[in-house]
Amino acid sequence: MPTPTKGARLGGSPSHERLMLANLATSLFEHGRIKTTEAKAKRLRPVAERLITKSKKGDLHNRREVMKTIRDKDVVHKLFAEIGPFFADRNGGYTRITKTMPRKGDNAPMAVIELVNEKTATAEAEAARGTRFAKDEAGSGSAEVQGGKEEPQATENPEVAESTQGVSSSDQEPAEGSRETVENDLESKDES
Amino acid sequence: MAVPKHKMSRSNTRHRRSQWKASVPTLVKCSNRACRESKPPHVACPSCGQYGGRQVAEPA
Repeated sequence: MPTPTKGARLGGSPSHERLMLANLATSLFEHGRIKTTEAKAKRLRPVAERLITKSKKGDLHNRREVMKTIRDKDVVHKLFAEIGPFFADRNGGYTRITKTMPRKGDNAPMAVIELVNEKTATAEAEAARGTRFAKDEAGSGSAEVQGGKEEPQATENPEVAESTQGVSSSDQEPAEGSRETVENDLESKDES
Repeated sequence: MAVPKHKMSRSNTRHRRSQWKASVPTLVKCSNRACRESKPPHVACPSCGQYGGRQVAEPA
């Protein structure tokens, strides 16, 4: 759960903040990427991600819950028809905030908040192999089994599996990334 | 209305103003190897628009 907001509301009053966040979320889902101040982007992230979680469930109740925030039916339809299904294999972390240079005029710190448009690394690997990781199977199995005698084993094993996988993935990523980043850099330079 | 009682000396004025100083901004090199411009840390590069290998903003 995100931490509760501290300090003053955006725009001065709670109702004004709700309206501003609703408008920001509408723009984010409409365009996929918006540039706003860093404070607004940080407040928008939990609001937008909660809406995407609702859109992933996709039933009428959740659609009405989203309609309470986003008043544009076209955007709600896009959210439920395109954005929600796209994030089906991602558990949270649907948006990315990148800081950019301060705004001319009032020097306010600006940021770009965007919907993450890549698939997760595990999802790509699973799609390529057509299988699921044993860790995920074990995780779901142990969650069901828990409460029985196997608690110590069930709690230990997933951690070990995660740690080993984390190490192996971290070993692989820089080796691959170093070559790919160079290629990406060259490509982007050619484009620009 | 409150009014200054004494003229402020040129020395005091200049001493006060000598304390107005600009601070040096923290800058790092852009991680894009084709760019390498100086930029603030943790911020998308203002010249090439990339951050962490991603195109975030359009280059200026």
